Amino acid sequence: MSSIVLLIAGLSAFVTGYLLYSRYIARHVYRLDPDFVTPAHRFEDGVDYVPTNKHVLFGHHFTSVAGAAPIVGPAIAVIWGWLPAFLWVVLGTIFAGAVHDFGALWLSARNRGQSIGTLTQGVIGSRARTLFLLIIFFLLLMVNAVFAVIIANLFIANPGAIFPIWMAMPTALAVGLLVYRTPAGILVPSVVALVLLYVYIWIGQYIQPQLPDFFGFAPSAAQIQAAAGDPVAAAAAATTDGIRAGWVIIMLLYGLLASTLPVWLLLQPRDYINSHQLFVALGVIGLGVLVTNPPVVAPAISDHLPADAPGWFPLLFITIACGAISGFHGLVASGTTSKQLDRETDARFVGYGGMMGEGSLALVSILATTAGFAVYAGLEGWQAHYSSFASASAGGVNAFVSGVGVLAEGIGIPHDVAVIFAAVVVISFAATTMDTGVRLQRYIIEELGSQYRIQPLQNGLFASIVAVAAVGVLALGIDRGAGGMRIWPLFGTTNQLTGALTLLVITIVLLSLKRNFWITAVPMVFLFFMTTWAMIDQLGRHFGNQWMLFGFGAAVFVLELWLILEAVTAVRRALKGGGPTSLDPDAEKVVYDVTGTR
Amino acid sequence: MSLLRRLRTVLRIYEEIGVAPYRREILRAQARQRDAFMVATMADALGVPSPVELYTLELLPYLMEDFHAWHRRAGLERAPEGGWRCC
Repeated sequence: MSSIVLLIAGLSAFVTGYLLYSRYIARHVYRLDPDFVTPAHRFEDGVDYVPTNKHVLFGHHFTSVAGAAPIVGPAIAVIWGWLPAFLWVVLGTIFAGAVHDFGALWLSARNRGQSIGTLTQGVIGSRARTLFLLIIFFLLLMVNAVFAVIIANLFIANPGAIFPIWMAMPTALAVGLLVYRTPAGILVPSVVALVLLYVYIWIGQYIQPQLPDFFGFAPSAAQIQAAAGDPVAAAAAATTDGIRAGWVIIMLLYGLLASTLPVWLLLQPRDYINSHQLFVALGVIGLGVLVTNPPVVAPAISDHLPADAPGWFPLLFITIACGAISGFHGLVASGTTSKQLDRETDARFVGYGGMMGEGSLALVSILATTAGFAVYAGLEGWQAHYSSFASASAGGVNAFVSGVGVLAEGIGIPHDVAVIFAAVVVISFAATTMDTGVRLQRYIIEELGSQYRIQPLQNGLFASIVAVAAVGVLALGIDRGAGGMRIWPLFGTTNQLTGALTLLVITIVLLSLKRNFWITAVPMVFLFFMTTWAMIDQLGRHFGNQWMLFGFGAAVFVLELWLILEAVTAVRRALKGGGPTSLDPDAEKVVYDVTGTR
Repeated sequence: MSLLRRLRTVLRIYEEIGVAPYRREILRAQARQRDAFMVATMADALGVPSPVELYTLELLPYLMEDFHAWHRRAGLERAPEGGWRCC
């Protein structure tokens, strides 16, 4: 199989889905109205509510939803072969993920730009809102823990990324200060920082430090067994654990510090750089595939499944979360994007189209691991890399990074530089997600503190420390961090549950409006079914050997059952005619001068 | 549309994608600082006794416009009671 064929097949499916399916939804289900006065116009304040050109808004939405997760999921899931991953990414994006993002954006825009959390309360009830907060809390906890482990593993495997990543921090701080405190403008300092980052990446090939092992762990029983009597190999594995634990703690301290700084000082300059990195990475990989056309060496459906790997059905659907459907996107769509929608009809391009971009990122992740990396390592090397589910989980991202190196080499970028570039892209995405994640966790803890009158939790710094400590326990609690990636399926499940909740809210609204609700009900039922099945499978695996994972899994499972009960009750109420019957009753339908207001 | 103009539009959109969220965060940070200033100087307008109201009263004409934006941001559609109204 040629990788160009796979790329073109995937992209063509996305384009067809956009042209046909999203048009049907826009016209006949969501019934977008070009004359509807969007919240951006109704509440325009120059900060949150700003009517924005649809191409610019697409860029904001896409760069906000794209991150490390759509790369990591497919990079692990190709253990079952490229075909299941490819099909789920393509079909999931078209029929589930994009409908979900588009729907969240539309519903929020029709409701004064309210977030999905508030909409859940309005459409389902206040109990569902508590449920929503709990799901988000677990989601943040897991995403922070998983990303800390991913970054640690990447630093160990690619020491060349250490210099550019840590040099980028003071550079971003300098840009933040320059932009905020001086009349330098935003563009020039940001572009200079971007150029500097590429200089750091180039220098990174010559400066490759490594963190010393601060912990000096003794080899665990599993490591001694895996080393088959070789004490040196067992000691090396234990040393790696020590270095990983060191990096995880450093990243948690970074999260603690970064999340307490003002957004304009560090997060925003980094976001600017990241959004460019995203477009550059997509361009490099796409061009690399077109120029080198590497064969997809990995099998279509793996017939050498390792003993510890669960079957692809149903685990595939929670391993690839963000690349096919992601509840997190609903938070972005209803949180910031809906407040900037210029015309309601733009929701199709921004919401549905944005998810096509995310699907493309997942698609190139599949190509980089099954074609790029597999060409580099050979079929046997590829099979050795994906020899167990544990090694696929821990090494999937490295396969992606190495695969990008191969593809970039095809367009004249030196392999070593390209590998560092790819590692820097993934680490930057993961680190900025951690920054936001810890920040949001702090808000939730502070809110819980004020709700239950626990004084210390209302202190911002203390709340951040509690958040980071919980993340640390989760990240390092499973085999000293070596098993940190085993949280990934739990993260995937929680993310899909958030998506299912949003789909439930949209379904109930469509049901009440007597429109075609199947377009959201079918993916919702599919997600409920797959996540429940996968969670039962996971709980059975963790029972008796990984109590912490079992505990977290059980908590997520309880949330899931609760959500299903809420769904059944809400749907029954809506069927009896008790659901919301109109959207935003106080929004007057005014035909406004389209040229005059923009 | 000529190719050059089209290219310029694409560049402007690309620039705006990066710059607009940045600008929003800066405006938000500025608004926060202004809010703090407003609370410190206009406390009496909210019914909170201010020991320096005689002096801050002089600022009133200059802050009227900002005051309106501030109470809207604070979630109050109309100005709070305080002997004077801005809307």
